[in-house]
Amino acid sequence: MASKHLQHIDPYTPQFGTMIPLGFQKWLRTCVIYQLFRFVMINLKMTVLILKSHH
Amino acid sequence: MARLVVMGGGVAGHTAATFAKKMLGSAHEVVVVTPNSNWNWIPSNIWVGVGGMSKEEVIFPLAPVYKKAGIDYRQAKAVAIHPEGKEGSDTPYIMIEYTDQTKPGQTEELTYDYLINATGPKLNFAATPGLGDANGLGEHTVSVCTADHAEHAAAELQKCIEKMKRGEKQTFLIGTGHGMCTCQGAAFEYIFNVEHTLKEAGVRDMAQIIFITNESFLGDFGMGGIHFNMGGFAMSSKVFAESLYAERGMDWILGAHVNKVEAGKVTYESLDGTMDEQTFDFAMLIPPFAGVGFKAFAKDGSDITATLFAPNGFMKVDANYNAGAYENWKPSDWPRTLQNPTYKNIFAAGIAFAPPHLISKPMSSPNGTPINPTPPRTGMPSAMMGKAVTMSIVDMIKGAPEPTHTACMAEMGAACVASAGKGLFNGTAAAMTVYPIVPDFETYPGTGRNLNGTTGELGLAAHWVKHILHFVFIWKAKLRPGWTLIPE
Ligand SMILES: Cc1cc2nc3c(=O)[nH]c(=O)nc-3n(C[C@H](O)[C@H](O)[C@H](O)COP(=O)(O)OP(=O)(O)OC[C@H]3O[C@@H](n4cnc5c(N)ncnc54)[C@H](O)[C@@H]3O)c2cc1C
Repeated sequence: MASKHLQHIDPYTPQFGTMIPLGFQKWLRTCVIYQLFRFVMINLKMTVLILKSHH
Repeated sequence: MARLVVMGGGVAGHTAATFAKKMLGSAHEVVVVTPNSNWNWIPSNIWVGVGGMSKEEVIFPLAPVYKKAGIDYRQAKAVAIHPEGKEGSDTPYIMIEYTDQTKPGQTEELTYDYLINATGPKLNFAATPGLGDANGLGEHTVSVCTADHAEHAAAELQKCIEKMKRGEKQTFLIGTGHGMCTCQGAAFEYIFNVEHTLKEAGVRDMAQIIFITNESFLGDFGMGGIHFNMGGFAMSSKVFAESLYAERGMDWILGAHVNKVEAGKVTYESLDGTMDEQTFDFAMLIPPFAGVGFKAFAKDGSDITATLFAPNGFMKVDANYNAGAYENWKPSDWPRTLQNPTYKNIFAAGIAFAPPHLISKPMSSPNGTPINPTPPRTGMPSAMMGKAVTMSIVDMIKGAPEPTHTACMAEMGAACVASAGKGLFNGTAAAMTVYPIVPDFETYPGTGRNLNGTTGELGLAAHWVKHILHFVFIWKAKLRPGWTLIPE
Protein backbone atom coordinates (compact mmCIF):
# COMPACT_ATOMS: atom_id res chain seq x y z
CA MET A 1 0.00 0.00 0.00
CA ALA A 2 3.06 2.19 -0.28
CA SER A 3 1.68 3.75 -3.46
CA LYS A 4 -1.00 5.60 -1.50
CA HIS A 5 1.70 7.72 0.13
CA LEU A 6 3.63 8.30 -3.07
CA GLN A 7 0.95 8.97 -5.65
CA HIS A 8 1.40 12.74 -5.50
CA ILE A 9 5.10 12.53 -6.37
CA ASP A 10 6.16 13.03 -10.00
CA PRO A 11 9.50 11.81 -11.36
CA TYR A 12 12.24 14.39 -11.84
CA THR A 13 10.58 16.96 -9.61
CA PRO A 14 12.43 18.23 -6.51
CA GLN A 15 9.99 16.17 -4.40
CA PHE A 16 11.20 13.03 -6.18
CA GLY A 17 14.70 13.51 -4.73
CA THR A 18 13.92 13.10 -1.06
CA MET A 19 12.53 10.54 1.35
CA ILE A 20 8.79 10.13 1.70
CA PRO A 21 7.33 8.53 4.82
CA LEU A 22 5.21 5.44 4.31
CA GLY A 23 2.29 4.15 6.32
CA PHE A 24 4.08 2.74 9.34
CA GLN A 25 6.17 5.86 9.87
CA LYS A 26 3.08 8.06 9.59
CA TRP A 27 1.15 5.82 11.96
CA LEU A 28 3.94 6.04 14.53
CA ARG A 29 3.73 9.83 14.45
CA THR A 30 0.27 9.81 16.00
CA CYS A 31 0.42 6.48 17.88
CA VAL A 32 -0.31 7.67 21.41
CA ILE A 33 1.65 4.95 23.25
CA TYR A 34 4.76 5.46 21.13
CA GLN A 35 4.39 9.23 21.31
CA LEU A 36 4.16 9.14 25.11
CA PHE A 37 7.58 7.47 25.07
CA ARG A 38 8.88 10.06 22.58
CA PHE A 39 7.45 12.81 24.78
CA VAL A 40 9.65 11.65 27.66
CA MET A 41 12.65 11.37 25.36
CA ILE A 42 12.20 14.86 23.84
CA ASN A 43 11.90 16.36 27.32
CA LEU A 44 15.04 14.57 28.45
CA LYS A 45 16.95 15.75 25.39
CA MET A 46 15.85 19.33 25.92
CA THR A 47 16.76 19.21 29.61
CA VAL A 48 20.27 17.98 28.79
CA LEU A 49 20.58 20.71 26.16
CA ILE A 50 19.53 23.41 28.62
CA LEU A 51 21.94 22.14 31.27
CA LYS A 52 24.80 22.13 28.75
CA SER A 53 23.97 25.65 27.57
CA HIS A 54 23.97 27.61 30.86
CA HIS A 55 27.35 29.14 31.66
CA MET B 1 21.08 52.46 44.91
CA ALA B 2 21.87 51.46 41.31
CA ARG B 3 19.41 51.75 38.45
CA LEU B 4 19.23 49.13 35.72
CA VAL B 5 17.28 50.21 32.66
CA VAL B 6 16.08 47.49 30.30
CA MET B 7 15.04 48.65 26.83
CA GLY B 8 12.55 46.18 25.36
CA GLY B 9 9.94 44.05 27.08
CA GLY B 10 10.07 41.01 24.80
CA VAL B 11 11.63 37.60 25.35
CA ALA B 12 15.15 38.78 26.30
CA GLY B 13 14.17 42.04 28.04
CA HIS B 14 11.35 40.57 30.11
CA THR B 15 13.59 37.70 31.23
CA ALA B 16 16.37 40.15 32.10
CA ALA B 17 14.16 42.58 34.02
CA THR B 18 12.21 40.00 36.01
CA PHE B 19 15.32 38.09 37.10
CA ALA B 20 17.13 41.35 37.88
CA LYS B 21 14.34 42.48 40.19
CA LYS B 22 14.20 39.08 41.86
CA MET B 23 17.97 39.11 42.46
CA LEU B 24 18.34 42.78 43.41
CA GLY B 25 15.20 43.17 45.50
CA SER B 26 14.24 46.65 46.64
CA ALA B 27 17.86 47.71 47.20
CA HIS B 28 18.15 48.67 43.53
CA GLU B 29 15.87 49.94 40.82
CA VAL B 30 14.85 48.07 37.68
CA VAL B 31 13.12 50.05 34.94
CA VAL B 32 11.64 48.58 31.75
CA VAL B 33 11.11 50.85 28.76
CA THR B 34 9.04 49.20 26.07
CA PRO B 35 6.44 50.62 23.67
CA ASN B 36 4.05 47.67 23.94
CA SER B 37 1.37 47.44 26.61
CA ASN B 38 1.08 43.66 26.18
CA TRP B 39 3.55 40.82 26.33
CA ASN B 40 3.25 38.48 23.36
CA TRP B 41 4.26 34.80 23.30
CA ILE B 42 5.39 35.19 19.67
CA PRO B 43 5.79 31.47 18.79
CA SER B 44 2.04 30.94 19.24
CA ASN B 45 1.27 33.72 16.74
CA ILE B 46 1.55 30.91 14.21
CA TRP B 47 -1.64 29.38 15.62
CA VAL B 48 -3.36 32.76 15.73
CA GLY B 49 -2.43 33.15 12.06
CA VAL B 50 -4.49 30.11 11.08
CA GLY B 51 -7.39 30.81 13.42
CA GLY B 52 -6.37 28.05 15.87
CA MET B 53 -5.98 30.47 18.77
CA SER B 54 -7.29 33.92 19.54
CA LYS B 55 -5.03 36.94 19.88
CA GLU B 56 -6.05 37.20 23.54
CA GLU B 57 -4.62 33.75 24.23
CA VAL B 58 -1.10 34.80 23.22
CA ILE B 59 -0.87 38.20 24.94
CA PHE B 60 -1.31 39.64 28.42
CA PRO B 61 -0.96 43.15 29.85
CA LEU B 62 2.49 43.98 31.23
CA ALA B 63 1.52 46.70 33.71
CA PRO B 64 0.03 44.48 36.46
CA VAL B 65 2.92 42.01 36.21
CA TYR B 66 5.54 44.73 36.58
CA LYS B 67 3.57 46.40 39.37
CA LYS B 68 3.46 43.15 41.32
CA ALA B 69 7.18 42.57 40.75
CA GLY B 70 8.15 46.12 41.79
CA ILE B 71 9.53 46.97 38.35
CA ASP B 72 9.20 50.55 37.14
CA TYR B 73 7.43 50.21 33.78
CA ARG B 74 7.50 52.96 31.19
CA GLN B 75 5.33 52.35 28.16
CA ALA B 76 7.63 54.22 25.84
CA LYS B 77 10.18 53.67 23.16
CA ALA B 78 13.81 54.51 23.67
CA VAL B 79 15.09 56.75 20.92
CA ALA B 80 18.64 57.75 21.84
CA ILE B 81 21.46 56.74 24.15
CA HIS B 82 23.75 59.28 25.82
CA PRO B 83 26.34 56.97 27.41
CA GLU B 84 28.57 59.81 28.65
CA GLY B 85 25.81 62.00 30.02
CA LYS B 86 25.60 65.61 28.92
CA GLU B 87 27.28 68.87 29.60
CA GLY B 88 27.33 69.40 33.35
CA SER B 89 26.54 65.78 34.21
CA ASP B 90 28.46 62.52 33.79
CA THR B 91 25.39 60.39 34.43
CA PRO B 92 24.48 58.37 31.35
CA TYR B 93 20.89 58.48 30.20
CA ILE B 94 18.55 57.42 27.45
CA MET B 95 15.93 59.54 25.78
CA ILE B 96 12.50 57.96 25.79
CA GLU B 97 9.27 58.86 24.03
CA TYR B 98 6.03 57.69 25.62
CA THR B 99 3.57 55.56 23.64
CA ASP B 100 1.26 55.31 26.65
CA GLN B 101 -2.23 56.63 25.79
CA THR B 102 -2.07 59.12 28.68
CA LYS B 103 1.06 60.92 27.49
CA PRO B 104 1.74 59.95 23.87
CA GLY B 105 4.77 61.61 22.31
CA GLN B 106 6.05 63.06 25.59
CA THR B 107 9.79 62.71 25.98
CA GLU B 108 11.91 62.20 29.07
CA GLU B 109 15.55 61.70 30.01
CA LEU B 110 16.00 58.48 31.96
CA THR B 111 19.33 58.03 33.72
CA TYR B 112 20.91 54.63 34.26
CA ASP B 113 23.84 52.92 35.91
CA TYR B 114 23.49 49.83 33.74
CA LEU B 115 21.65 49.50 30.46
CA ILE B 116 20.41 46.40 28.62
CA ASN B 117 19.39 46.77 25.01
CA ALA B 118 16.83 44.02 24.32
CA THR B 119 14.83 45.83 21.67
CA GLY B 120 14.67 42.90 19.26
CA PRO B 121 14.19 43.54 15.57
CA LYS B 122 12.70 46.33 13.54
CA LEU B 123 10.43 44.49 11.10
CA ASN B 124 11.91 46.09 8.02
CA PHE B 125 8.97 45.73 5.60
CA ALA B 126 10.20 48.82 3.75
CA ALA B 127 13.29 46.93 2.49
CA THR B 128 11.19 45.30 -0.24
CA PRO B 129 9.02 47.60 -2.35
CA GLY B 130 5.41 46.59 -1.93
CA LEU B 131 6.01 44.40 1.13
CA GLY B 132 5.39 47.45 3.26
CA ASP B 133 6.80 50.83 4.11
CA ALA B 134 8.10 52.77 7.08
CA ASN B 135 4.67 52.40 8.70
CA GLY B 136 4.86 48.61 8.55
CA LEU B 137 3.13 45.83 6.66
CA GLY B 138 1.76 46.64 3.20
CA GLU B 139 -1.57 45.74 1.67
CA HIS B 140 -0.58 42.81 -0.58
CA THR B 141 0.70 40.28 1.94
CA VAL B 142 0.09 39.16 5.50
CA SER B 143 2.49 38.55 8.40
CA VAL B 144 2.54 36.59 11.65
CA CYS B 145 5.29 38.60 13.31
CA THR B 146 2.92 40.30 15.77
CA ALA B 147 -0.33 39.10 17.29
CA ASP B 148 -2.26 41.79 15.37
CA HIS B 149 -0.64 40.74 12.11
CA ALA B 150 -1.46 37.12 12.84
CA GLU B 151 -5.12 37.92 13.53
CA HIS B 152 -5.31 39.70 10.17
CA ALA B 153 -3.58 36.72 8.47
CA ALA B 154 -6.19 34.34 9.88
CA ALA B 155 -9.02 36.49 8.50
CA GLU B 156 -7.41 36.57 5.03
CA LEU B 157 -6.83 32.82 5.15
CA GLN B 158 -10.48 32.29 5.99
CA LYS B 159 -11.49 34.34 2.93
CA CYS B 160 -9.38 32.03 0.74
CA ILE B 161 -10.94 28.96 2.32
CA GLU B 162 -14.40 30.34 1.52
CA LYS B 163 -13.35 30.90 -2.10
CA MET B 164 -12.03 27.34 -2.36
CA LYS B 165 -15.27 26.02 -0.95
CA ARG B 166 -16.98 27.84 -3.81
CA GLY B 167 -14.68 26.03 -6.26
CA GLU B 168 -12.00 28.70 -6.83
CA LYS B 169 -8.43 27.39 -6.79
CA GLN B 170 -5.97 29.40 -4.69
CA THR B 171 -2.19 29.76 -4.62
CA PHE B 172 -0.49 30.20 -1.25
CA LEU B 173 2.99 31.69 -1.17
CA ILE B 174 4.75 31.56 2.18
CA GLY B 175 8.37 32.31 3.04
CA THR B 176 10.86 35.14 3.16
CA GLY B 177 10.25 38.56 1.63
CA HIS B 178 13.88 39.57 1.01
CA GLY B 179 17.27 38.02 0.27
CA MET B 180 18.64 38.92 3.72
CA CYS B 181 15.88 37.56 5.94
CA THR B 182 16.25 35.43 9.02
CA CYS B 183 13.46 33.62 10.90
CA GLN B 184 12.88 30.99 8.19
CA GLY B 185 11.64 28.77 11.03
CA ALA B 186 8.53 30.91 11.48
CA ALA B 187 7.66 30.71 7.78
CA PHE B 188 8.41 26.97 7.84
CA GLU B 189 6.04 26.54 10.75
CA TYR B 190 3.34 28.71 9.25
CA ILE B 191 3.27 26.89 5.91
CA PHE B 192 2.69 23.55 7.66
CA ASN B 193 -0.09 25.01 9.76
CA VAL B 194 -1.75 26.52 6.69
CA GLU B 195 -1.56 23.16 4.94
CA HIS B 196 -3.04 21.42 8.00
CA THR B 197 -5.83 24.00 8.23
CA LEU B 198 -6.71 23.60 4.55
CA LYS B 199 -6.81 19.84 4.99
CA GLU B 200 -9.10 20.16 8.02
CA ALA B 201 -11.35 22.51 6.04
CA GLY B 202 -11.57 19.89 3.26
CA VAL B 203 -10.11 22.18 0.60
CA ARG B 204 -6.50 21.00 0.37
CA ASP B 205 -6.98 19.74 -3.20
CA MET B 206 -7.98 23.27 -4.30
CA ALA B 207 -4.70 24.79 -3.13
CA GLN B 208 -1.22 25.06 -4.52
CA ILE B 209 1.17 25.77 -1.66
CA ILE B 210 4.63 27.17 -2.40
CA PHE B 211 7.50 27.96 -0.04
CA ILE B 212 9.79 30.76 -1.19
CA THR B 213 13.05 31.20 0.68
CA ASN B 214 16.41 32.94 0.59
CA GLU B 215 18.04 29.71 1.79
CA SER B 216 20.19 27.97 -0.83
CA PHE B 217 18.75 24.66 0.37
CA LEU B 218 15.71 23.76 2.41
CA GLY B 219 16.66 23.28 6.06
CA ASP B 220 19.54 25.79 6.06
CA PHE B 221 17.58 27.77 8.71
CA GLY B 222 20.29 30.45 8.72
CA MET B 223 22.58 28.01 10.50
CA GLY B 224 24.20 26.47 7.43
CA GLY B 225 21.97 23.43 7.91
CA ILE B 226 22.11 20.86 10.67
CA HIS B 227 22.86 17.14 10.80
CA PHE B 228 20.56 15.07 12.96
CA ASN B 229 21.36 11.74 14.49
CA MET B 230 18.51 9.77 12.94
CA GLY B 231 18.03 6.08 12.33
CA GLY B 232 21.75 5.36 12.34
CA PHE B 233 22.53 8.19 9.90
CA ALA B 234 23.87 11.68 10.30
CA MET B 235 20.99 13.08 8.31
CA SER B 236 21.04 16.56 6.84
CA SER B 237 18.24 18.97 7.69
CA LYS B 238 17.98 19.36 3.90
CA VAL B 239 16.59 15.85 3.58
CA PHE B 240 14.50 16.28 6.73
CA ALA B 241 12.90 19.51 5.49
CA GLU B 242 12.47 18.39 1.88
CA SER B 243 10.76 15.27 3.11
CA LEU B 244 8.24 17.31 5.10
CA TYR B 245 7.37 19.45 2.06
CA ALA B 246 7.31 16.54 -0.39
CA GLU B 247 5.08 14.46 1.86
CA ARG B 248 2.53 17.26 1.83
CA GLY B 249 2.79 17.94 -1.89
CA MET B 250 4.18 21.44 -1.41
CA ASP B 251 6.56 23.12 -3.87
CA TRP B 252 9.58 25.24 -3.02
CA ILE B 253 11.58 28.07 -4.58
CA LEU B 254 15.15 28.34 -3.26
CA GLY B 255 17.77 31.09 -3.15
CA ALA B 256 15.21 33.81 -3.85
CA HIS B 257 15.54 37.51 -3.16
CA VAL B 258 12.03 38.91 -3.39
CA ASN B 259 12.61 42.39 -4.79
CA LYS B 260 9.07 43.57 -5.46
CA VAL B 261 5.59 42.74 -4.21
CA GLU B 262 2.49 43.78 -6.12
CA ALA B 263 -1.13 42.78 -5.84
CA GLY B 264 -1.11 39.00 -6.36
CA LYS B 265 2.46 38.81 -7.60
CA VAL B 266 6.06 38.81 -6.36
CA THR B 267 9.15 39.38 -8.47
CA TYR B 268 12.32 37.69 -7.33
CA GLU B 269 15.95 37.30 -8.26
CA SER B 270 17.49 33.85 -7.89
CA LEU B 271 21.01 32.88 -6.90
CA ASP B 272 21.77 32.09 -10.56
CA GLY B 273 20.92 35.71 -11.44
CA THR B 274 17.63 35.02 -13.22
CA MET B 275 14.57 37.17 -12.53
CA ASP B 276 11.24 35.48 -12.13
CA GLU B 277 7.68 36.05 -10.97
CA GLN B 278 5.29 34.09 -8.82
CA THR B 279 1.61 34.83 -8.57
CA PHE B 280 -0.38 34.26 -5.39
CA ASP B 281 -3.80 34.65 -3.83
CA PHE B 282 -2.45 34.62 -0.29
CA ALA B 283 1.11 35.46 0.73
CA MET B 284 2.81 35.49 4.12
CA LEU B 285 6.32 36.80 3.67
CA ILE B 286 8.65 37.43 6.62
CA PRO B 287 10.37 40.84 6.39
CA PRO B 288 14.10 41.26 6.94
CA PHE B 289 15.15 42.36 10.42
CA ALA B 290 17.21 45.42 11.30
CA GLY B 291 18.09 47.13 14.56
CA VAL B 292 15.39 49.48 15.83
CA GLY B 293 17.37 52.56 14.76
CA PHE B 294 18.75 54.20 17.88
CA LYS B 295 20.94 57.26 17.81
CA ALA B 296 23.82 57.65 20.25
CA PHE B 297 25.48 60.88 21.34
CA ALA B 298 28.70 61.75 23.15
CA LYS B 299 28.85 64.23 26.03
CA ASP B 300 29.53 67.09 23.61
CA GLY B 301 26.48 66.15 21.56
CA SER B 302 28.42 64.61 18.66
CA ASP B 303 26.90 61.59 16.96
CA ILE B 304 28.55 58.33 18.11
CA THR B 305 25.92 55.96 16.71
CA ALA B 306 28.62 54.11 14.73
CA THR B 307 30.58 53.48 17.95
CA LEU B 308 27.69 51.69 19.58
CA PHE B 309 25.90 50.19 16.61
CA ALA B 310 26.77 48.20 13.49
CA PRO B 311 25.49 49.60 10.16
CA ASN B 312 22.46 47.27 10.36
CA GLY B 313 21.41 49.00 13.59
CA PHE B 314 22.26 46.13 15.94
CA MET B 315 24.39 46.88 18.99
CA LYS B 316 28.10 46.09 19.00
CA VAL B 317 29.18 43.74 21.76
CA ASP B 318 32.26 41.63 22.52
CA ALA B 319 32.27 39.91 19.12
CA ASN B 320 35.02 39.78 16.53
CA TYR B 321 33.66 42.05 13.81
CA ASN B 322 36.82 41.70 11.71
CA ALA B 323 36.74 37.97 11.04
CA GLY B 324 36.92 38.47 7.27
CA ALA B 325 35.99 35.77 4.79
CA TYR B 326 33.89 32.67 5.50
CA GLU B 327 37.02 30.48 5.54
CA ASN B 328 38.35 32.44 8.53
CA TRP B 329 35.23 32.29 10.67
CA LYS B 330 35.61 30.71 14.09
CA PRO B 331 33.20 30.00 16.96
CA SER B 332 35.31 32.40 19.04
CA ASP B 333 34.12 35.29 16.81
CA TRP B 334 30.78 35.07 18.65
CA PRO B 335 30.19 37.29 21.69
CA ARG B 336 30.27 35.73 25.15
CA THR B 337 29.44 38.42 27.72
CA LEU B 338 27.38 40.64 25.36
CA GLN B 339 29.01 43.73 26.86
CA ASN B 340 29.59 46.77 24.68
CA PRO B 341 33.37 47.14 24.24
CA THR B 342 33.33 50.95 24.60
CA TYR B 343 30.77 51.49 27.34
CA LYS B 344 31.15 48.68 29.87
CA ASN B 345 27.82 49.37 31.57
CA ILE B 346 25.87 48.67 28.37
CA PHE B 347 24.88 45.16 27.28
CA ALA B 348 22.72 43.76 24.48
CA ALA B 349 20.63 40.58 24.53
CA GLY B 350 18.48 38.67 22.07
CA ILE B 351 18.08 39.87 18.51
CA ALA B 352 19.39 43.33 19.47
CA PHE B 353 23.09 42.38 19.50
CA ALA B 354 25.11 42.62 16.28
CA PRO B 355 26.30 39.16 15.18
CA PRO B 356 29.93 39.10 13.97
CA HIS B 357 28.88 37.62 10.64
CA LEU B 358 26.45 35.15 9.13
CA ILE B 359 26.40 31.50 10.16
CA SER B 360 25.34 30.25 6.71
CA LYS B 361 27.87 30.61 3.91
CA PRO B 362 27.53 34.05 2.26
CA MET B 363 26.16 33.85 -1.27
CA SER B 364 25.20 36.33 -3.93
CA SER B 365 23.76 36.27 -7.43
CA PRO B 366 26.01 37.07 -10.43
CA ASN B 367 24.41 40.55 -10.28
CA GLY B 368 25.99 41.01 -6.86
CA THR B 369 22.76 40.74 -4.87
CA PRO B 370 23.42 39.05 -1.53
CA ILE B 371 20.98 36.18 -1.06
CA ASN B 372 21.59 34.38 2.20
CA PRO B 373 19.81 33.87 5.47
CA THR B 374 21.07 35.97 8.36
CA PRO B 375 21.72 34.31 11.73
CA PRO B 376 18.66 33.26 13.71
CA ARG B 377 18.43 34.34 17.36
CA THR B 378 15.46 32.34 18.52
CA GLY B 379 13.57 32.41 21.79
CA MET B 380 15.70 30.09 23.88
CA PRO B 381 19.06 31.75 23.19
CA SER B 382 17.45 35.20 23.52
CA ALA B 383 16.10 34.37 26.97
CA MET B 384 19.41 32.80 28.01
CA MET B 385 21.24 35.95 26.93
CA GLY B 386 18.76 38.07 28.89
CA LYS B 387 19.39 36.02 32.02
CA ALA B 388 23.18 35.88 31.60
CA VAL B 389 23.61 39.63 31.16
CA THR B 390 21.36 40.23 34.16
CA MET B 391 23.43 37.90 36.32
CA SER B 392 26.60 39.68 35.23
CA ILE B 393 25.11 43.09 35.97
CA VAL B 394 23.85 41.97 39.38
CA ASP B 395 27.38 40.79 40.22
CA MET B 396 28.88 44.04 38.90
CA ILE B 397 26.46 46.08 41.02
CA LYS B 398 27.71 44.04 43.96
CA GLY B 399 31.33 44.84 43.10
CA ALA B 400 32.50 42.40 40.39
CA PRO B 401 34.94 44.23 38.10
CA GLU B 402 33.68 42.56 34.92
CA PRO B 403 30.87 40.35 33.58
CA THR B 404 30.67 37.01 35.38
CA HIS B 405 28.29 35.14 33.08
CA THR B 406 28.32 34.27 29.42
CA ALA B 407 25.73 33.27 26.83
CA CYS B 408 27.57 32.50 23.63
CA MET B 409 25.77 31.08 20.62
CA ALA B 410 28.86 29.00 19.88
CA GLU B 411 28.62 27.39 23.32
CA MET B 412 24.89 26.94 23.69
CA GLY B 413 22.26 24.84 22.05
CA ALA B 414 18.79 25.68 20.89
CA ALA B 415 15.60 23.72 20.98
CA CYS B 416 13.01 24.52 18.40
CA VAL B 417 9.60 22.97 18.16
CA ALA B 418 7.92 23.83 14.88
CA SER B 419 4.23 23.05 14.87
CA ALA B 420 2.84 21.29 11.83
CA GLY B 421 -0.80 21.34 12.81
CA LYS B 422 -2.72 21.72 16.05
CA GLY B 423 -4.84 19.01 17.67
CA LEU B 424 -4.52 16.92 20.83
CA PHE B 425 -4.43 13.63 18.91
CA ASN B 426 -3.88 14.59 15.28
CA GLY B 427 -1.47 17.52 15.69
CA THR B 428 2.18 17.07 14.87
CA ALA B 429 5.29 19.15 15.25
CA ALA B 430 8.95 18.89 14.37
CA ALA B 431 11.10 18.93 17.49
CA MET B 432 14.68 19.91 16.75
CA THR B 433 17.59 20.36 19.07
CA VAL B 434 20.92 21.69 17.91
CA TYR B 435 24.21 21.93 19.79
CA PRO B 436 25.99 24.24 19.39
CA ILE B 437 24.03 26.82 17.41
CA VAL B 438 27.15 28.14 15.70
CA PRO B 439 28.92 25.15 14.14
CA ASP B 440 32.34 24.24 15.49
CA PHE B 441 34.10 22.23 12.81
CA GLU B 442 37.28 21.85 14.86
CA THR B 443 35.56 20.11 17.76
CA TYR B 444 32.95 18.32 15.64
CA PRO B 445 34.58 17.68 12.25
CA GLY B 446 32.24 17.13 9.32
CA THR B 447 28.97 18.40 10.72
CA GLY B 448 30.14 21.12 13.13
CA ARG B 449 27.66 19.89 15.70
CA ASN B 450 27.55 17.33 18.48
CA LEU B 451 25.38 14.55 17.07
CA ASN B 452 24.36 13.53 20.59
CA GLY B 453 22.77 16.91 21.11
CA THR B 454 21.43 17.50 17.61
CA THR B 455 18.25 15.66 16.85
CA GLY B 456 15.04 16.07 14.91
CA GLU B 457 11.77 14.21 14.82
CA LEU B 458 8.18 14.72 13.81
CA GLY B 459 5.19 13.58 15.79
CA LEU B 460 2.38 14.14 18.24
CA ALA B 461 4.80 14.21 21.20
CA ALA B 462 6.50 17.28 19.77
CA HIS B 463 3.09 18.90 19.36
CA TRP B 464 2.33 18.24 23.04
CA VAL B 465 5.70 19.81 23.93
CA LYS B 466 4.88 22.86 21.80
CA HIS B 467 1.47 23.20 23.43
CA ILE B 468 2.86 22.82 26.93
CA LEU B 469 5.57 25.41 26.16
CA HIS B 470 2.81 27.86 25.25
CA PHE B 471 1.24 27.59 28.72
CA VAL B 472 4.49 27.22 30.65
CA PHE B 473 6.17 30.27 29.13
CA ILE B 474 3.12 32.47 29.56
CA TRP B 475 2.93 31.22 33.19
CA LYS B 476 6.59 32.11 33.63
CA ALA B 477 6.26 35.52 31.99
CA LYS B 478 3.31 36.32 34.28
CA LEU B 479 5.60 35.50 37.24
CA ARG B 480 3.17 32.90 38.55
CA PRO B 481 4.30 30.63 41.42
CA GLY B 482 7.45 28.66 40.59
CA TRP B 483 8.32 30.85 37.59
CA THR B 484 12.02 30.92 38.44
CA LEU B 485 12.17 27.13 38.24
CA ILE B 486 11.08 27.09 34.60
CA PRO B 487 14.21 27.07 32.44
CA GLU B 488 14.71 29.52 29.60
C1 LIG C 1 6.09 34.24 13.96
C2 LIG C 1 7.28 33.92 14.78
C3 LIG C 1 7.38 32.66 15.36
C4 LIG C 1 8.48 32.32 16.14
N1 LIG C 1 8.54 31.09 16.70
C5 LIG C 1 9.59 30.77 17.47
C6 LIG C 1 9.66 29.48 18.09
O1 LIG C 1 8.80 28.63 17.89
N2 LIG C 1 10.71 29.21 18.90
C7 LIG C 1 11.68 30.15 19.13
O2 LIG C 1 12.61 29.86 19.88
N3 LIG C 1 11.64 31.37 18.56
C8 LIG C 1 10.63 31.69 17.73
N4 LIG C 1 10.58 32.92 17.16
C9 LIG C 1 11.66 33.87 17.43
C10 LIG C 1 11.46 34.59 18.77
O3 LIG C 1 10.20 35.19 18.80
C11 LIG C 1 12.56 35.61 18.93
O4 LIG C 1 13.78 34.93 18.92
C12 LIG C 1 12.47 36.37 20.23
O5 LIG C 1 11.24 37.03 20.35
C13 LIG C 1 13.61 37.37 20.32
O6 LIG C 1 13.55 38.01 21.55
P1 LIG C 1 13.99 39.52 21.72
O7 LIG C 1 13.75 39.86 23.14
O8 LIG C 1 15.34 39.71 21.15
O9 LIG C 1 13.00 40.34 20.79
P2 LIG C 1 11.43 40.55 20.99
O10 LIG C 1 10.83 39.41 21.69
O11 LIG C 1 10.91 40.93 19.65
O12 LIG C 1 11.34 41.80 21.97
C14 LIG C 1 11.77 43.10 21.60
C15 LIG C 1 11.03 44.09 22.45
O13 LIG C 1 11.60 45.38 22.29
C16 LIG C 1 10.56 46.33 22.15
N5 LIG C 1 11.08 47.51 21.45
C17 LIG C 1 11.17 47.71 20.12
N6 LIG C 1 11.69 48.93 19.88
C18 LIG C 1 11.95 49.49 21.08
C19 LIG C 1 12.48 50.74 21.48
N7 LIG C 1 12.87 51.67 20.60
N8 LIG C 1 12.60 50.99 22.81
C20 LIG C 1 12.22 50.07 23.72
N9 LIG C 1 11.70 48.87 23.39
C21 LIG C 1 11.56 48.59 22.08
C22 LIG C 1 9.50 45.58 21.38
O14 LIG C 1 8.25 46.20 21.50
C23 LIG C 1 9.55 44.22 22.06
O15 LIG C 1 8.78 44.21 23.22
C24 LIG C 1 9.51 33.27 16.33
C25 LIG C 1 9.42 34.54 15.74
C26 LIG C 1 8.33 34.85 14.96
C27 LIG C 1 8.26 36.21 14.33
